Amino acid sequence: MHRHTLAESAAALAAGSISSLELTRHYLDRIERLDGRLNSYITVTAERALEQAREADRRIARGEKAPLLGVPIAHKDIFCTAGVRTTCGSRMLDGFVSPYDATLVERLERAGAVMLGKTNMDEFAMGSSSETSFFGPVRNPWNLDCVPGGSSGGSAAAVAAGLCAAATGTDTGGSIRQPAALAGLTGLKPTYGRISRYGMIAFASSLDHGGSLTRTAEDAALMLGAMAGFDERDSTSLDEPVPDYAAEIGKPLGAVTIGVPEGFFDDGLDAANASAVRDAITVLEKLGADCKPVELPNIHLSVPTYYVVAPAEASSNLARYDGIRFGHRTSAPVADLNDFYMRNRGEGFGDEVQRRILTGTYVLSSGYYDAYYIKAQKARRLISRDYAEAFAKVDFIAGPTTPTPAFRLGQKTSDPVEMYLNDIYTIGADLAGLPAISIPCGFVGGLPVGLQLVGPHLSEGPLLRLAHHFQRATDWHARFPAEFD
Amino acid sequence: MSWEIVIGLEIHAQLATTSKIFSGAATRYGAAPNSQASLVDLGYPGVLPVLNEGVVDMAIRFGLATHCQIARRSVFARKNYFYPDLPKGYQISQYELPIVHSGHIEIVLDDGSVRRVGITRAHLEEDAGKSLHEDFQGLSGIDLNRAGTPLLEIVSEPDLRSAREAGTYMRAIHTLVRYLGICDGNMQAGSFRCDANVSVRRQGEAKLGTRAEIKNLNSFRFVEKAIETEMRRQIELIEDGGRVVQETRLYDADRDETRPMRSKEEANDYRYFPDPDLLPVVIADERIARVEAAMPELPHAKRERLMQQYGLPAYDADILASSRALADYYDALAKATKAKPKMAANWVIGELTAALNRENREIESSPVAPADLGALLDRIEDGSISGKMAKEIFEALWRGEGPVEKIIRERGLEQISDTASIDALVQKVLDANAEQVAQYRGGKMQVLGFLVGQVMKASQGKANPKQVNEALRRLLG
Repeated sequence: MHRHTLAESAAALAAGSISSLELTRHYLDRIERLDGRLNSYITVTAERALEQAREADRRIARGEKAPLLGVPIAHKDIFCTAGVRTTCGSRMLDGFVSPYDATLVERLERAGAVMLGKTNMDEFAMGSSSETSFFGPVRNPWNLDCVPGGSSGGSAAAVAAGLCAAATGTDTGGSIRQPAALAGLTGLKPTYGRISRYGMIAFASSLDHGGSLTRTAEDAALMLGAMAGFDERDSTSLDEPVPDYAAEIGKPLGAVTIGVPEGFFDDGLDAANASAVRDAITVLEKLGADCKPVELPNIHLSVPTYYVVAPAEASSNLARYDGIRFGHRTSAPVADLNDFYMRNRGEGFGDEVQRRILTGTYVLSSGYYDAYYIKAQKARRLISRDYAEAFAKVDFIAGPTTPTPAFRLGQKTSDPVEMYLNDIYTIGADLAGLPAISIPCGFVGGLPVGLQLVGPHLSEGPLLRLAHHFQRATDWHARFPAEFD
Repeated sequence: MSWEIVIGLEIHAQLATTSKIFSGAATRYGAAPNSQASLVDLGYPGVLPVLNEGVVDMAIRFGLATHCQIARRSVFARKNYFYPDLPKGYQISQYELPIVHSGHIEIVLDDGSVRRVGITRAHLEEDAGKSLHEDFQGLSGIDLNRAGTPLLEIVSEPDLRSAREAGTYMRAIHTLVRYLGICDGNMQAGSFRCDANVSVRRQGEAKLGTRAEIKNLNSFRFVEKAIETEMRRQIELIEDGGRVVQETRLYDADRDETRPMRSKEEANDYRYFPDPDLLPVVIADERIARVEAAMPELPHAKRERLMQQYGLPAYDADILASSRALADYYDALAKATKAKPKMAANWVIGELTAALNRENREIESSPVAPADLGALLDRIEDGSISGKMAKEIFEALWRGEGPVEKIIRERGLEQISDTASIDALVQKVLDANAEQVAQYRGGKMQVLGFLVGQVMKASQGKANPKQVNEALRRLLG
């Protein structure tokens, strides 16, 4: 059952061949038995899940239809869940129980999904390996010595190991697509504003995207259909109609043109990774796609641009964690208000979060603002323009998701910049707010490799269709890590 | 050597919305602490601000009334600093691109001359909460009811040249925002308060002196006193060879002195940057036109109209135009009565205002409606009651004893003005005072006053004095 895709489980539930209670118990049992090796969950909400499963079964029995009715999924612990601890992977929010549900959580619940629990992540989504979590590192089901990527590493590991049917994630610089690539999954980050950010704990507001980690593009279409749409509680949410993505993916591929940024295939890209991606592009050609080189002249600015914009916004977004109204509060005696703040925040935040707050504070400070923040905004516009110009010529852009397959735990923790370069291929789509997906396209040394597809604004339907057609022609996405089967 | 004082004011006007600027929570004043703070106001993880569009129209209204440019695109920015009553660790304000800028207002100085004061800008922002340092035994309490309350910060050019001028400007803005219906102007509740930037320079000097900012002045009197005091401090300091330091100061009314704020806020670098949670405020021409069409008559125009339409003197027109509600009352009264407009003005400015002040009420809650007061004035006008009776009737009206006619009837206050009754009264008095009649007829005209008094007394004050006079002269032959 745990090897089923979300779509298969939903179909089996609707047909009555399994009950939600059975399926939910199955996943809860697997989490209990297997998650000790992965540490993919921070909180397991077994009772709530069983309650929701029973309710789903009653609804199914009444003949109700909902796209995800009775399907057990997991939420990245960055999404606020009413009455459930919501930690964002941080000591700061270790004991924080959210009084409300994120819009995304609410919508998935309305679609009938059962919540198994909250998945582990890099602290405040800052990291590419899920090693910065206060709740310990997450391991990759394909190789327990390796990281599952990050920051949505818990969601990636849980889906890859069959500890849930699908999971939500967030992507600010690649935090859905990079772990999807490293764990052999389909990771979709839709257009900025397509999914409400209300209740998604902010890291960098102008870059934060909600999305999903699933086994297939078809599953991603189901998840997106449930999550997407305008939300009046988020001013940056897009007031655009939501297509029937599940119907969209079934349509014929038609004539598509795919641009390949040749600049991505340089020394920074692992040779074996590169050849897996090249092979995948050949598959796309066989499907009828016209593949040709495309230029993104300013894409090399994306990592430095990101590491100005994201920390700047984060330094402000994380100011609310002062220990006054909620969150970690020091038990040490304090001298004055300033000391109180410093202890609360010094104890509550880990090193990487503190590093980014410091960086962000620096780039916004007077005398440096123009040189860093304003310049980064200009670079961001250039990068967006590059994409717009490319999409005047091609329908999609295809390339690698990551420079290498999963790396070992601890391998990059001592060098932040080395860690940051993991997102070199993914950050561009975040800066430009474009929909992007990573799908499995091969294995190197037993570890999955991801192919990234990027489309113009609001092209999720066609993008998922392309990924779906690729998955019908390949079976990389169908593989399952033996240790967890 | 004489000194010139240069003043600019930053006025914070709380916008009269029922809900907060970025959340749906209520803005009612005086509620139990933290009972009007939503998750957005509390800065909870994951929450997002959504602009209350009502504040945009209010800012446009202010901009139009002060000849300002209305920015077609303005941007909310975050002002970052840590303080316990600032839940998010930043205040959402407008920085580089305010919604309204580059305008002016004309104020009338004490000598009757008109001064144009530049309005640099007016921007939208949210208020912070309140820190309560008393009643908590060494701890501080935080009340976040006020957090997220919408403010319009109105920044003037340094065009004011005396404490009195600053007070006059502040009053003019106060009158204006109340006219516009965008602020209730309640200074005790903090809905209207200001910071004053004060510097001095030697007469003739072109360069501005170093300024000090006096924070949180919440009455007209305090503004004037604080500026006066600060000016003296700066002049003395410079004359003693010292230098003014740019700093934030607080005014202590009890000691009548300003002193530097203890907080380290001065050293703050606010790290302003555009708030990525909010889209830029884009204002279309149609929206401005719509707001303009709904603009009320403004104080200056109202004053002119009162003088022209009713022939009121400038003094009366000034007082009546000082509040939209007062002027509205007067307009309604003038419409409701046949009495002369000047008499109506006297009653509003005199009797009515005195009664309102006595009970500390606003004109909006006057127990005497314009129609009632109008009916009273009509009775004076047609001579059926005397001025003295009118005052008594007014008091009865104020106490809610019913319409004018009923009060007159119940109290028997109707003036006696039919000739026959008056003649009868007069004859009775003449018969009873033969000696005085003889004196009068003998040429001692002063006796007439005595006789009038006797008639009035006999009528219990109800006889029309003018008619009594006539009747006496006639019957005394």
